[in-house]
Amino acid sequence: MGIDSLIGGTIWDEYSNKVTNLMNNPQNMGEITEEDAEKMYAKLIVADFGAESCGDAVRLYWAVDPKTDTIIESKFKSFGCGTAIASSDTMAELCKGKTVDEAVKITNIDVEFAMRDHADTPAVPPQKMHCSVMAYDVIKKAAAQYKGVDINSFEQEVIVCECARISLSTLQEVIRLNDLTTVEQITDYTKAGAFCKSCIRPGGHEVKDVYLVDLLDEYEKEKLAGKASLGNAGTGMGDFASMTIVQRIKAVDKVVDENIRQMLVMDGGDMEILDIKENGENFDIYIRYLGSCSGCASSSTGTLFAIENILKEKLSDKIRVLPL
Amino acid sequence: MNVYLDNNATTIVDPQVFAEMEPYFVQKYGNPNSLHAFASDTHPGIKAGMEKIYVGINAPREDSVVITSCATESNNWVLKSIYFEFILTGKKNHIMVSEVEHPSVITTAKFLEGLGCKVTYLPINHEGIVDVQSVRDNITDKTALVSVMWANNETGAIFPVEEIGAICKEHDVAFHTDAVQAIGKIPVDVQSFNVDYLTFSAHKFHGPKGVGALYIKKGRELLPLLHGGAQMGGYRSGTLNVAGIVGMGKAMEAAVEALEYEMTAIRKLRDSFEDELLKIEDTFVVTPREKRTPNTILISFRGIEGEAMLWDLNRAGIGASTGSACASEDLEANSVMDAIGAAEDLAHTAIRFSLSRYTTQEELDYALRAVQAAVIRLRGISSSYAYTPKGHVSGLAEHH
Repeated sequence: MGIDSLIGGTIWDEYSNKVTNLMNNPQNMGEITEEDAEKMYAKLIVADFGAESCGDAVRLYWAVDPKTDTIIESKFKSFGCGTAIASSDTMAELCKGKTVDEAVKITNIDVEFAMRDHADTPAVPPQKMHCSVMAYDVIKKAAAQYKGVDINSFEQEVIVCECARISLSTLQEVIRLNDLTTVEQITDYTKAGAFCKSCIRPGGHEVKDVYLVDLLDEYEKEKLAGKASLGNAGTGMGDFASMTIVQRIKAVDKVVDENIRQMLVMDGGDMEILDIKENGENFDIYIRYLGSCSGCASSSTGTLFAIENILKEKLSDKIRVLPL
Repeated sequence: MNVYLDNNATTIVDPQVFAEMEPYFVQKYGNPNSLHAFASDTHPGIKAGMEKIYVGINAPREDSVVITSCATESNNWVLKSIYFEFILTGKKNHIMVSEVEHPSVITTAKFLEGLGCKVTYLPINHEGIVDVQSVRDNITDKTALVSVMWANNETGAIFPVEEIGAICKEHDVAFHTDAVQAIGKIPVDVQSFNVDYLTFSAHKFHGPKGVGALYIKKGRELLPLLHGGAQMGGYRSGTLNVAGIVGMGKAMEAAVEALEYEMTAIRKLRDSFEDELLKIEDTFVVTPREKRTPNTILISFRGIEGEAMLWDLNRAGIGASTGSACASEDLEANSVMDAIGAAEDLAHTAIRFSLSRYTTQEELDYALRAVQAAVIRLRGISSSYAYTPKGHVSGLAEHH
């Protein structure tokens, strides 16, 4: 608990100045009409996401240059609270000048990050992260319309926690590697479930296909069946020991990019690889924490164990991670 | 201009109330239970305060009005003590509460449900008023308690507590009502109908925060929730909040005096403000005026999410309220709007304006202009209240 939780306060206190300013004066609010699009020799895309009954809805307008697939103009309208309006506005801004393929890569995390006043202070309180997810979803919908494909084709993996963008496979892995038994532990390790909380169990703001409690159940059953293997998953990408030093750095970088960085960035932090040294039969990976990770209490405990375990599982169980 | 229209949340302390409380901090600070003059200096104030509170709700002297720390404590006390005495011991197995009770009742009921108590959540009708027939239909000889609020905090809807009290009496079931939103707004007389427990709180009628009370009818005793030094006749231990009792007493006296004004002048102000609000297109009010407390308006502005509306009103210096999704921790829609089965697109659009005897016509004129401006700006942003391009079929466009 602690003093901050006891004092409480209102969610508005936690909005960044950027969120406040955008709510007061949205920059990209409005519509693009067929006539507007024609003048730009562009194709008009209008995509809706959400519903009033859920508490927020957004409509995204794009004028796309059909020759280059570039988004020339991007505007929004939104039924929603201040953070929904500010997120939609920021999302529309981020789309401008990008190709449709580039725009699809914009995530809710980018939207939230762009609204921060300081790199290490979240722009919105946890339960409002949900609003930026909507901004992310509507881009996918607009892109699907433009390209004439199914919206699901943009999502390579199943995302369980949309606020923190933590995938099913990452969660399954972290639960098994660290023998997690509670939702709180999952949240500590991955950030999943820390925001709008819909992914924790049924009954939240959004209906999900799979919930964190289901994953814990699944693991519990596996353990009972004696199938769970704790932390000795071996090498996932060829033999780490027989790689050259360059290959090793690349392999470690890849794992960090795909499996680790997102959870650090969620906290306004990051990390870099400094060196990899052979130490007897072990591989010592020296890292440096960046942003808010440096000095964070869990950077030498929970976070560090999570990083080490993921690298062990993906590359070699002889890996040790040493923060500098 | 700053205009406070959130009086169902809390109220300004009446300056007379504050003045009466003041001596009990620095001059008359003794513990009333001690044996010296410092203690006895506090006794006249406590006695006068308690007398005024009794008079305010017309409680007979042989009944108990126990001072607590807040209405939440009073509500918790009734439900939990009933559980300890009747449910845990197996004498009874069931309680009933309305589905739109304050969280201090609903959450407690859910907690007790988890401990094995059967709970019926009584539904409300399309006007936001609890259905009496459902009380009749669900009451059994195993029912230990019925708890239904007198007036709803969100809509101001006045519930049929007289009829429900009568049904409870017929079945010899204890009846509790949370009268937090009734005191100072409509007449409250515990002898005018059957009621066993009644909750209220000083800060809702221009008294201080941190002082609540529970009326307990003689013969319906209640196990204490707080054990200790046996203050308040052993019902509720803890050093007496002397200034709080003095303040609640004075606030009660003033509220009773102002009741007529509240029910005529404030009602008139409220009604004309509501008339003006309803002139704005696509606005909706749930409970008919004559079935509401005289100070409350719950109104939906189609196409505008509640928190966004509060945002703009706040920028104009106006304090109002919404129970809607985005303003709360759990992102849930306004519970009353949900319960009455309001059109889905309206669930997140309700705004509550609650007046007090301090509200003026000038304030409401200013507030009206601010609401009108906010409606224009926010409907301009809204994706569900906008011009739709030709040939574009939107799921959201169907709502208007």
